Amino acid sequence: MVYLDNAATSQRPVQVIERMNEFSLKTNGNIHRATHTFANKTTEAFEQAREIVRSYLNATESAEVIFTSGTTESINLVAHSFGDAFIHEGDEVIVTEMEHHANIVPWQMMCERIGAKLKVIPFNEKGELSMDALDSLITDKTKIIAVTHVSNVLGTVNCVATIIEKAHLKNIPVLIDGAQGAPHFPIDVQALDCDFYTFSGHKIYGPTGSGVLYGKRKWLDQMPPFLGGGEMIDRVTFGKTTFNEIPYKFEAGTPNYVGAIGLGAAIEYIQSYDHSFVLKHEQDLLQFATEKLKSINGLTIYGEANKKAGVLSFNIEGIHPFDLGTLLDQLGIAVRTGRLCADPVMDHFSVENMARSSFAFYNTLEEVEVFYQALIRLKTMF
Amino acid sequence: MTIDEIQQEIIDDFAGFEDWMDKYSLLIELGNEMAPIDVQYKVDENLIRGCQSRVWLHQEYLDGTITFEAESDALIVKGLVALLLKIYSGRTPHEILASEPRFIDEIGLRQHLSPTRSNGLLAMVKQMKLYALAYEKISTKNN
Repeated sequence: MVYLDNAATSQRPVQVIERMNEFSLKTNGNIHRATHTFANKTTEAFEQAREIVRSYLNATESAEVIFTSGTTESINLVAHSFGDAFIHEGDEVIVTEMEHHANIVPWQMMCERIGAKLKVIPFNEKGELSMDALDSLITDKTKIIAVTHVSNVLGTVNCVATIIEKAHLKNIPVLIDGAQGAPHFPIDVQALDCDFYTFSGHKIYGPTGSGVLYGKRKWLDQMPPFLGGGEMIDRVTFGKTTFNEIPYKFEAGTPNYVGAIGLGAAIEYIQSYDHSFVLKHEQDLLQFATEKLKSINGLTIYGEANKKAGVLSFNIEGIHPFDLGTLLDQLGIAVRTGRLCADPVMDHFSVENMARSSFAFYNTLEEVEVFYQALIRLKTMF
Repeated sequence: MTIDEIQQEIIDDFAGFEDWMDKYSLLIELGNEMAPIDVQYKVDENLIRGCQSRVWLHQEYLDGTITFEAESDALIVKGLVALLLKIYSGRTPHEILASEPRFIDEIGLRQHLSPTRSNGLLAMVKQMKLYALAYEKISTKNN
């Protein structure tokens, strides 16, 4: 199998699987609760995973790292809790036209609930966000800006540093959806100065159901809890409940600690490779694939930004992406087809569907060549 | 020919191919040859939306049989739709309800009818059966 659907989920290295298995086989106990050895070891492993994430993100303190089930939950948490604390009727939230549905719908739901307005930064034909539009969209009513680090359709690496800088001039916090960013390059939340950063474990060589929300303490401290339950409380009486400190305030119930431990192992795995080598290899794959695909008659590539990460979406004239995906699968090649959880991007290009190839650092140039040859073969069938 | 005999004919046609890609080539050919659905029926009310591809299905009930017209935007799905029409169009509600599209399984394309495939085909079969059920009820009532 030539696996080119890494933007959907990446394959897990044996180091991650072994870490999770070993943990489950030898030391399973619920965290932060009991005094027995298993519980203590689990708590230690869980908190160690938090520290690994903190260090990977270069966050100031590990309390700013909240474990979630993935990017979707992370964004829902912020939309809900930040919305409750800071957004009022008539206020505005800014997202972009290239967001995954997970960075649109939670904001839409919150805006509807509170009576706030959602505004959208458009992108141009190359797939780059319009900074001029951003300038005119920001008003005194803007309360938060949520933008993807890397587009899951166009591959565009957005100039998030510029957006953050512009937003901070007006004291507006920024959430970065890093689901497609964190798998490709190391993140320094202090250098970026972002207020929130989210990513999913399963797209970064870790397990499904694990994810992270990084948030600056100054926001997290002021935000009310998202879910209520165990672990997130300080003291419960029927009259009133007081809440725990961050990060626990946002980790109600038994968290997916096996997932978090697996995510820690995945990050250690990534860190064991020379970062510049990984980045160069992924860029080589993208560049080679782009050149090859461009040489195919009738093939349109969506997203030709100057800065792209390993995502290449396309259509071939006269071939429905569903047919393309079905036949590529017969030839042992996995790509994603469909609307890619980004209806507004489909609408922008006036297409119903797209095919998407996406690369991870374990892919090879030979695999890209196999992919190209398969496309050439399939073209003759139509 | 009965529904079952037509299904058997299709199964035999596909059995001749050893290579998977040849089976798909035949489906693509069938899809290409298929007459398009009348434009007036290619409307949202007749649309069966899958995440991956769309199917339009129109029916008419006359003299005890249901005539189906259908189309898909994906060619492989269109080929399968052509086969489903060959089997089910022009049949009585009773015949339609009594027969399952076993050919899809037997020619090895079962995955296209799985709920996870979301290509609209499974929903199309269900919709054809629902029409048959509705017309069967009407005709029993009238009798």
